[in-house]
Amino acid sequence: MEILELSSLEKEALRLSLWVSGWAVAGSLPAGVFFSWLLARKKFPGKLLLDGLVHLPLVLPPVVMGYILLVLLGRKGALGAWLYDVLGITFAFNWKGAAVASGIMAFPLLVRAVRLSIEGVDQGLEAAARTLGASPIRVFFTITLPLIMPGILTGIILAFARSLSEFGATITFVSNIPGETRTLPLALYTLTQVPGGEEGAFRLCVISVILAMIALICSEVLSRRLAARMKG
Amino acid sequence: MLDINVKRLQGVFRIHTSFVTHGTGITALFGRSGAGKTSVINMVAGLVRPDEGRIVVNGRTYFDSEKGLNVPPEKRRFGYIFQDGRIFPHLSVKSNLTYGMKLVPRSERFVAFDQVVELLGIRHLLNRQPSKLSGGEKQRVAIGRALLTSPHLMLMDEPLASLDNDRKSEVLPFIATLPKEFSVPILYVSHSVDEIVNLADYLVIVDSGRAIAAGQVKELMDRFDLWSSAWCGPLPDRGIAPRPVASPPRSSCFSSPVTK
Repeated sequence: MEILELSSLEKEALRLSLWVSGWAVAGSLPAGVFFSWLLARKKFPGKLLLDGLVHLPLVLPPVVMGYILLVLLGRKGALGAWLYDVLGITFAFNWKGAAVASGIMAFPLLVRAVRLSIEGVDQGLEAAARTLGASPIRVFFTITLPLIMPGILTGIILAFARSLSEFGATITFVSNIPGETRTLPLALYTLTQVPGGEEGAFRLCVISVILAMIALICSEVLSRRLAARMKG
Repeated sequence: MLDINVKRLQGVFRIHTSFVTHGTGITALFGRSGAGKTSVINMVAGLVRPDEGRIVVNGRTYFDSEKGLNVPPEKRRFGYIFQDGRIFPHLSVKSNLTYGMKLVPRSERFVAFDQVVELLGIRHLLNRQPSKLSGGEKQRVAIGRALLTSPHLMLMDEPLASLDNDRKSEVLPFIATLPKEFSVPILYVSHSVDEIVNLADYLVIVDSGRAIAAGQVKELMDRFDLWSSAWCGPLPDRGIAPRPVASPPRSSCFSSPVTK
């Protein structure tokens, strides 16, 4: 059973991948729900532009996104310099930067799933809750949010899976630093660049496929269960 | 007492409905589908904002465009029963019933939970999920949910429309007892003559967004001209001026006999 045991390098890459993806999703979730709600429910000038911006990472080459992040959030970047001077936070060449890159690349998937489910909520139920004495905020947390839970869970899992597979933006923005930003795909890439790395690369490849499959199956099972329970 | 005067332009449809009724009984808004009844009741509930007008219930003003007053729906405490029930699908029957009740301070509650559950005969349903309820049961839960907010006014938008005749006879008696049991006035929207004759004390006939007549059901009983105009054919603007009724029209669309 030696073959099933992970080497310390593999463990590190796996741990880092899960950690970075977890933070990427957790950090982008509130914004994701907010923008989904905004796009699903509100009419405002510039809505098309916002819609485009949210979906940009889906169509842009990841390297471009990574470069934009480097320019914006690098230690000398427009936003990055301010963040560092005022709050002492830096995203340059550390796992936080990797999480930011992953979160942004996965953002469109999150928003699409949540937005679809918000559009599916019967607004009559929200109106009914208002007449029963609930303020708009209470309506959101007691009616809308529970009803879109299946969509949120699907979004979380899709975004998590997308974060796990993030490569281009990450390597451009925060480089390929062992233990800090070398996630599974980056570790795999590294192994393909050295002689004799084929076996290790293959093992990482299998781990990646298993992770992705687990995520997709979880998403499907969860959303089916929730949908069955929510059926009015 | 209800003093309603609302104006609103919805696309090309102009609503200008104005009526006053007294007492705490059931006031029926009667008219064909598309006459604007639901729009009026949504404005009273605060879900739709009138362009102009006033909404006064039992001496309290909820909307007054001149004073710039518009009480939001959650502060009006009007129990609204929708045509389609609108039971929250993710909550149990019990949680549905108490959703609004919990938001009312204990000292202001005058409708007791057990009383409503008994009156509506829904005790055996309390722990069920809404997906397991029949249409009639859902509608009774909806009535209970609205009643438990101890409302200042009940709004009912064709609460029986989605029910078959058996279920109607199941829910109708409950509605009839509400004003006496809880002394809450009811504004009841319907396009069924039978329901109105059986339930209502006051009647407001709505046609093309306008209230063309308002008064006690007894007084308006014989006004076949008004009744029939609410049933079929467009109506010229003749207000509520009486019109000689020699022989009641026997048009084909006037199917329900107006008898008690």
